[in-house]
Amino acid sequence: METWAVASICVLLGLTARWTVSLNSYSGASKAPMFGDYEAQRHWQEVTFNLPVRQWYFNTTDNDLKYWGLDYPPLTAFHSLLCAHIANLINPDWIELHKSRGYESPAHKFFMRATVIFADVLIYIPAVVVYCLYLAQGSSKTKSSALLCILLYPGLILIDNGHFQYNSVSLGLALWGVLGLGCGHDLLGSLAFTLALSYKQMELYHALPFFWYLLGKCGKLGLTGKGLILLVKISLTVLVSFALCWLPFLFDPQQTLQVIHRLFPMARGLFEDKVANVWCSLNILVKIKTLLSVDTQIYLSFGTTLLAVLPSSIKLLMKPTFWQFRLALMNSSLAFFLFSFQVHEKSILLLMSVILSAPPFVLLSMLPLLLKDNLFQPYIITSLGFIVFSLYLFSAVDRSSVDDLRLGPCCRLTGTNFLWFSFSTVVKLQFALSVLTMAGLSFMSAALEPPAKLPDLFPVLVSACACVHFLGFLLYFNLVQLTESPRSDKKKIN
Amino acid sequence: MAAPRDGTLSWFLALTLGVSLIKFLLIKAYHSTDFEVHRNWLAITHSLPVSKWYFEETSEWTLDYPPFFAWFEYGLSHIAKYFDEEMLVVQNLTYASPATILFQRLSVIFTDLVFVYAVCFSSCVKYRVCFVTMLSLKAYFVPSFVLAVLLLWNFGLLIVDHIHFQYNGFLFGVFLLSVARHFQGRHLEGAFLFAVLLNLKHIYLYIAPAYGIYLLRSFCLIQDNSDGSLKWRNFSFIRLAALGIIVCSVFALSFGPFLALDQLPQVLSRLFPFKRGLCHAYWAPNFWALYNAADKALSVLGIKLKLLDVAKLPKASMTGGLVQEFQHSVLPSVSPLITLICTLISVSPALFSIWHRPCGARGFLRCCVICALGSFLFGWHVHEKAILMAILPLSILAVESKDDAGVFLILATTGHLSLFPLLFTTPEFPIKILLMLLFTLYSFTSLKRLFRPECCLINTVESVYLSGLIPLEIFCELIYPLTSWQQTFPFIPLLLTSVYCAFGIIYSFFRLYGILLRGPRYTTKRKSH
Repeated sequence: METWAVASICVLLGLTARWTVSLNSYSGASKAPMFGDYEAQRHWQEVTFNLPVRQWYFNTTDNDLKYWGLDYPPLTAFHSLLCAHIANLINPDWIELHKSRGYESPAHKFFMRATVIFADVLIYIPAVVVYCLYLAQGSSKTKSSALLCILLYPGLILIDNGHFQYNSVSLGLALWGVLGLGCGHDLLGSLAFTLALSYKQMELYHALPFFWYLLGKCGKLGLTGKGLILLVKISLTVLVSFALCWLPFLFDPQQTLQVIHRLFPMARGLFEDKVANVWCSLNILVKIKTLLSVDTQIYLSFGTTLLAVLPSSIKLLMKPTFWQFRLALMNSSLAFFLFSFQVHEKSILLLMSVILSAPPFVLLSMLPLLLKDNLFQPYIITSLGFIVFSLYLFSAVDRSSVDDLRLGPCCRLTGTNFLWFSFSTVVKLQFALSVLTMAGLSFMSAALEPPAKLPDLFPVLVSACACVHFLGFLLYFNLVQLTESPRSDKKKIN
Repeated sequence: MAAPRDGTLSWFLALTLGVSLIKFLLIKAYHSTDFEVHRNWLAITHSLPVSKWYFEETSEWTLDYPPFFAWFEYGLSHIAKYFDEEMLVVQNLTYASPATILFQRLSVIFTDLVFVYAVCFSSCVKYRVCFVTMLSLKAYFVPSFVLAVLLLWNFGLLIVDHIHFQYNGFLFGVFLLSVARHFQGRHLEGAFLFAVLLNLKHIYLYIAPAYGIYLLRSFCLIQDNSDGSLKWRNFSFIRLAALGIIVCSVFALSFGPFLALDQLPQVLSRLFPFKRGLCHAYWAPNFWALYNAADKALSVLGIKLKLLDVAKLPKASMTGGLVQEFQHSVLPSVSPLITLICTLISVSPALFSIWHRPCGARGFLRCCVICALGSFLFGWHVHEKAILMAILPLSILAVESKDDAGVFLILATTGHLSLFPLLFTTPEFPIKILLMLLFTLYSFTSLKRLFRPECCLINTVESVYLSGLIPLEIFCELIYPLTSWQQTFPFIPLLLTSVYCAFGIIYSFFRLYGILLRGPRYTTKRKSH
């Protein structure tokens, strides 16, 4: 069948999955007085529509920052403003100042869900289609399979269309950035990534690879000639786009500072809630959150993050190829997720956006959040579908020889002698084990009551297990990136 | 969708799992009053003795399916009590707790396994592969893959069974098994399965004539003359008797208890409620929809031209599910007897054809489709969902012959669009659009690819008609509700959809007749692995 038909069918399946998950409950449904992320987004529409720009990030009588104050960069605010204008045309009650707090109705739910899908269709899905069809390697069947698997990725569907968020906008823009760089349109790529960064500050996880890759590329072109021109052009693009996005907040230094203060709430501590990173897991053994002062915590996390990101950054600077860039994206986001400050569970999505083979633990780590939102049923269904279909379409478990996993150079360098037959068995066992653990922990989290002395047992177990796996992946991807030999033949999508 | 050659899972299981996952995701979707109907039947069969089943009237949704279905609900009710016992109380009208919804939805998804099995089995029969090989087959034949998708992922079946709520999947599975038996030449088993099917849902009476004629001609008459004409001497009374015994014993098993209780008239009156009106509340896109529309148009015209007196005309509709019959204003009114006569006239040529020129099991299947369509077009109080009875068997013929493929595309697209008014709620609107696009896109591209050396499957006029469905849908669902006429004339979108689709369905009916009488052209080269 023609590629366009197959791609359309994949897109339609992805959209069907999204709409059917949208039928379910959202974050904070009927949970007065604070509700959840759904109410937060509605509240931002209310704030941006009714109040002047200078009040958006400030605590005023009309804008109580304790009730879901804006804590994303200006582009989110403008997006909310746009949605608010549409909401106003349909039913002004939805965004009436103060009176619309906690507003819930089936029509409103349909409107909000529609805005998420609209953003998906406009930004994220085209990016994924272009990426899979034009940038990925392999036969058309491999490309279509990749397209289907990425579009059916449960994490994004459950968070955006279930829990309720707009991650697809920032992820989509970041993906356009990657596409731009991959096709050689550095300026457009930088522009797209700047927009992504101005939408959600979490895209900082991906910022360093972009920086090092472009710098390295300019360096390779010669810093005295073409390279310098390119550097200047990229810098100008980035600065101008930042300026345009942040324009209303650049006139008054107090505004700029307040926005930054809202985006990076340093006072909140190393982590909140149970998240699958190193600090939360370490906290089980050593209560670092209470032992160290906030400043020490900031320096500690800053330092360790930089340290974790250093090897891959240096390698990327030395060898700015697209394949290295993609590996660096993976490593950088993993490092930031594991070691940085104030990480949220949803940030895990950033890890798996560009690459296909998402391990089951990514989904598992979001389970506690989804359980709170009554999204267990769609979680099981979409996860099952995704795992089964990625297995079916990619025979993932079969591609576990040393060569396939790109560990060949690593083996030669370190002189280790993996026994060929047992390595693939080990990998298969590991994969089976992780799926089983995921199933077991999911079941326990949903069905069993935790003991009274340890009320957070299951979320903690889930986070700790996931953290261990992510550390493993950090090690693996760093090894692959650092030991890559000069030959850059078939780029696996993995 | 192209499936890869290697995989840990066979393509058939992958398709089944995929569609099942969508069904699971649809658990939370809107359900119609049919949900309450089946809940009520669960309650009746569980809580009351058999003698009261067809007399119970607490709810307006009385038991109006044959006894085997009642026993099926009885069996389900024993599992239902582990989910929520309250649903089995007859007085709990419109009871719909989350556990009830979950149970009912799961029951449809699991009984669909009968349908899945039937599709697999039919493919095995068609391509002469054994069952286990079929399930573990990683490589595939393109026609069998296409057929599996067209059946398992059928849009109409998905939305009627898993959103609107009905049990058509497993019933159609039984029908498919019966047809497969006939393809294998095991006619007694096929007849048995069909008798069981009739006692599960009596709407399959629509195709009973096809079964009757086919079995008489191809099973009871053992041998034909050398020129193909009848050889009455070879009429096997033994075979006829065997058929008779099988069919009668099935019916005896089904109706026996009620005969013994002297309740047969009551049961029959429940099964055939002729007081319901010529058309359903939403007009099925059949001939009578056109008849009604013409009548309305003429009466409006007549009033405008002052030829008719407004006061003398009977009020409003010929619809309205549970109410009495109404008269037409200008054209002569139609009684159930007239619809029966029209139906028989419409299907007789097909029945004669397979009598005089039997084309084996394929001809029989084609005749089934024509009977189903004829009954749909001319029957009394036809539901729009009945179009599935024609679309699903036609899928089997569509993957083999270019002509059938062309008719299938028109019938399926038009028939599926006519099902849209069943899902009128806002959250389900995107889902029905997406699933419709998915199925339509797949059916067009895959059938085109299947018959690639030939030129287009549908001609320009047909393409224009089908393209007209898009603006029709936009107008009815998006534009009209925003106008002021929505309040005064809320039935206009339904009327327009019915009338427009009726043309396509009637056209498909005539095309199918053309193919039957002319004899189908099968493609000689088929893409196979």
